[in-house]
Amino acid sequence: MAKIFAVTIILIAIGSAIPIVMHTWDMPQDISTHGPLIDEQFKDTMLEAGISFLASQLLLAFFIWKFSDPKPGAKIKSFPGGAAGLVIAAFVLVGTEVLALGVFGAKAWASVYFAPPAANAMPVQVQAGQFAFYFRYPGPDGKFGPIHVDQINEANANFFGIDTTHDQDSKDDIVTAEMAIPVNREIHLLMHSKDVGHSFFVPELRVQQDFVPGLDLSIHFTATKVGKYEIVCTQLCGLGHYNMKAYLEVMSQEDYDNWIKQQAALQ
Amino acid sequence: MATTVHEAPKIELDRLPRTGSGNGGWRNLVPSDGDLRRIKDHSPMPASTGIWVGLASITMTFAAFTSALIVRQGGAPDWQHISLPPVLYFNTLLILASSITLELGRRDVARFMGGLRGRVASPVRWLYITLFLGVLFVAGQTFAWLELRSQGFGLSTNVSYSFFYVLTVAHALHLLGGLGGMVRVIAKLNKSVLRRSTLDATSRYWHFMGALWLYLLLLLWMKL
Amino acid sequence: MHDMSAHAVQHGAPTSFLRKHVFSLDHKVIGKQYYALALVAVFVGMFLSWLMRIHLGWGSFAIPGLHLLSKTGAPGDVMTPEYYLQLMTMHGTIMVFFVLTTAPFAAFGNFFLPIQVGAEDMPFPHFNMMSFWVTFVAFLVLVASFLVPDGPTLGGWTQYAPLSAVGSVSGPGQGLGVVLWASSIAIFCIGQLLGSLNFITTTLDMRTRGMSLMRLPLSAWAWFITSVMGLTAFAVLMPACILLILDHVAGTSFFVPSNLVINGQILPHSGGSTLLWQHLFWFFGHPEVYIAIVPGMGIVSHVLITNMRRPMLSHKVLIYSMGSLAVLSYMVYGHHMFVSGMNPYSSLAFSFPTLVITIPSAIIVLIWLGSLYGSKLRINAASLFALGFVSMFISGGISGFFLAQPSIDIMLHATYFVVGHFHLVMGVAAMFGIFAGTYFWFPKMTGRMMSEPLGKLHFWLSFVGAYCIFMPFHYLGIAGNVRRYQAFTDDYLIPLIPVHKFITIAALFTGAAQLIFLYNLIHSRFKGAPAPDNPWEGTSLEWSTATPPPHNNFGDTMPVVYHDPYQYSIEGASTDFVMQTSPEQLKNPHEEK
Repeated sequence: MAKIFAVTIILIAIGSAIPIVMHTWDMPQDISTHGPLIDEQFKDTMLEAGISFLASQLLLAFFIWKFSDPKPGAKIKSFPGGAAGLVIAAFVLVGTEVLALGVFGAKAWASVYFAPPAANAMPVQVQAGQFAFYFRYPGPDGKFGPIHVDQINEANANFFGIDTTHDQDSKDDIVTAEMAIPVNREIHLLMHSKDVGHSFFVPELRVQQDFVPGLDLSIHFTATKVGKYEIVCTQLCGLGHYNMKAYLEVMSQEDYDNWIKQQAALQ
Repeated sequence: MATTVHEAPKIELDRLPRTGSGNGGWRNLVPSDGDLRRIKDHSPMPASTGIWVGLASITMTFAAFTSALIVRQGGAPDWQHISLPPVLYFNTLLILASSITLELGRRDVARFMGGLRGRVASPVRWLYITLFLGVLFVAGQTFAWLELRSQGFGLSTNVSYSFFYVLTVAHALHLLGGLGGMVRVIAKLNKSVLRRSTLDATSRYWHFMGALWLYLLLLLWMKL
Repeated sequence: MHDMSAHAVQHGAPTSFLRKHVFSLDHKVIGKQYYALALVAVFVGMFLSWLMRIHLGWGSFAIPGLHLLSKTGAPGDVMTPEYYLQLMTMHGTIMVFFVLTTAPFAAFGNFFLPIQVGAEDMPFPHFNMMSFWVTFVAFLVLVASFLVPDGPTLGGWTQYAPLSAVGSVSGPGQGLGVVLWASSIAIFCIGQLLGSLNFITTTLDMRTRGMSLMRLPLSAWAWFITSVMGLTAFAVLMPACILLILDHVAGTSFFVPSNLVINGQILPHSGGSTLLWQHLFWFFGHPEVYIAIVPGMGIVSHVLITNMRRPMLSHKVLIYSMGSLAVLSYMVYGHHMFVSGMNPYSSLAFSFPTLVITIPSAIIVLIWLGSLYGSKLRINAASLFALGFVSMFISGGISGFFLAQPSIDIMLHATYFVVGHFHLVMGVAAMFGIFAGTYFWFPKMTGRMMSEPLGKLHFWLSFVGAYCIFMPFHYLGIAGNVRRYQAFTDDYLIPLIPVHKFITIAALFTGAAQLIFLYNLIHSRFKGAPAPDNPWEGTSLEWSTATPPPHNNFGDTMPVVYHDPYQYSIEGASTDFVMQTSPEQLKNPHEEK
């Protein structure tokens, strides 16, 4: 039975690796400027993880095969190098591997979070609420009008609670249910939650960030490829969580200018 | 059940050296030649270890409350300042006094153990006083809560009041545990079955409640 | 000659039925009670997972009889979205608390720790009894939420605020359901603290003569380290739950900020911090997962050594590694919060200890592998599950490499990759540890042997089945499959549904295989072959006493310990193994390096 067990482990280990090696289910294509660093990090990690995984499962299988069903009179042998050798191996191999991953991964993280948005980044606000995303563009004045929670009225499509009568900055704000952005332009995304915790995830954009109720935070990114992508909510927010999504359209600058003009007319 | 002055209660001494259980460390290994005569036994009584364990977990609980307070205060501008009800300071004196009376009680009990029976009329007296001071403390805290309530400051009035109530009520609940322990010590003493480790553990807990109160008072005074 | 009085426990053998089997002060009975609770809980939790998996694979399928469980949750036997989330929340809560914290630690630990240290019982038997009944009450309170009108809470076992804190306005079950959940967990914490109290004092103060700390078996060390973790972790979860309950019933705003608008209402709270809940929860939550796995590591080490007929390459290194895991576990909790809105510098700060914690984990695995080398491995149900644990721990641990890095976590957070990771380490590896312990110690606990053939069958189906279920989770995660979705309606998720169907089928088969275990357990309890005192030729103290042990564990004479715990295959010794209580002097004992 030991030998069958050993073979099973090997088959499972190799079988598990096959879909990874064959890229059967891969990360969606990257359309962001900071994505390559993340993807590189992922690839490096997968390589190291894959080697560690296969090596340790194969070693386990081999030892089970070799050292089970001992012959009578067999003697116990000690692993060469003993415990000290293994501890050193762990510190050296695993330690350097993880520290390398950590140090290089910090670069990828820094490229997303430690650099402030460019001065000419285009601001867009996204509001998450049970169970939809809405977006607001500041219009020609470049400023977002204040949010009045007591004026939020979904029936009248006043999702943000803006007061165009009394607030000058709100007059040219554009509210949409879809997010459109021009390609190759840095976007400064201001994130606001209306109610509970939500999250903003666009796999292709290599962006995932939780909304924090009570704390408006922001991220920034640049999309490099025209297309239609899905924004999905990844922070459990209630019964409609599975359905909470919006479309992100990355357009050429010209298409985007037309789109925003159309949206402004609809306000 | 009060003791009389004629019949002195007996206290069980811890028997040393203990044989048969416990092992202090590598020095007490059974040597491979099997000679057991050199073995000594040094394990602390479980009640002593146990009380430290309990105090550690209580410390963690109040550490969690403290960090919640600090984070919450740092995050939001709606923090209202509280003037602590003056009775709290009086209660503080009560609890500090109770630690003193507890030590007086322990000294009396120790004297009994040392054989000075004639000198100590009632070793349990100071323990009763300690208990009474503890009860007074809880009553005083209740008075503080009721006073604040009558002024319109309840649990949900403002987050600073929320923390005030949570911290002081949590402390009082743990103190009630201490009162229970003290009742148990007095009952055992009166029945002459009190172990020293029980008295030590209960006393440690009691003093810790006093120290914890001082810490909370400081925290409330600084932060609220 | 021994003196029973100094550390003696105050209870003699019970006589009444209630005292013998219900309100018992005997740690062995308490251990069995915990095991029974965990057994009930695991089948409830597994049943919930079947319902979830069927729904995920075939969303509109009417599961016959489901409406009996909940009329509002499953009208016409078709699960509503909220009911899926409610079942999911209860599945996670029951499994993490009432199975993984209870069985490897409270059940086996209560039964065997006093015996392995050479004590008559734990020093605070009344607290010990209370710890079980408090845990039992906590279970009842939790399960009661199935019976209230709106059903259990749907916020996941992590109960993030404000969803969990604002009340029923945020969803079905978010009112009374949350209060019951938080109350249950707070009560559970108290039970655990009483248990930790006993475990720690037993290990430090109740060891028999000759039993130094380094002579304790690895299972005893694992229980000791776990109990220290439990002490600090549960003592933080309890205040968090209390504050959550207050936000519900007392109108406080610990976790709820101002100006939230739900269902057209502006909520009255002000100033609370949602991240505060996450910090408090995960400060407990990360040590908790080590509380779930470390006892398994101890049990697996213990079982493997007996079946390899040699000690581990280094007893001390394993102890220090388990200890390092415990210490480091407090420094890593922020890795659950990388994209939570926490300061991104904090994210980096948390990722370094998270990466570093792989080192003691790797050391432990390498020591296990290195000890297999040159051993005389015996294959039986217990050792199969122990070896399976090693394989599963490797798989689950390695997926941690990815999640430890915030930049990669951007893509994998809240996806099935995370779910695959923690199910492999907790739902499979820790479970395998429980199985290994069961097959190994059942004879000692009950006096009967379990069926080896059924045990092996159980192993094969579980090992292959578990990999079939949980490996694909990682692929789904890489593809971006978000977790906690009751259905997959997004364009990019629809092509993944066939994978879910495969997983569901694997899950149902593997779940059914667990019934073999249940049958084996119950049948052997009554009809199993009588077990000898030392069926596995083990060396530690539990094998030196009768099967099952008498009331005071060792009869008339407390044991005296002469040797380190794992003196197997000693050159020049008279037998293949030398028990700890054997007075035989060894010329070449295995040195403790």
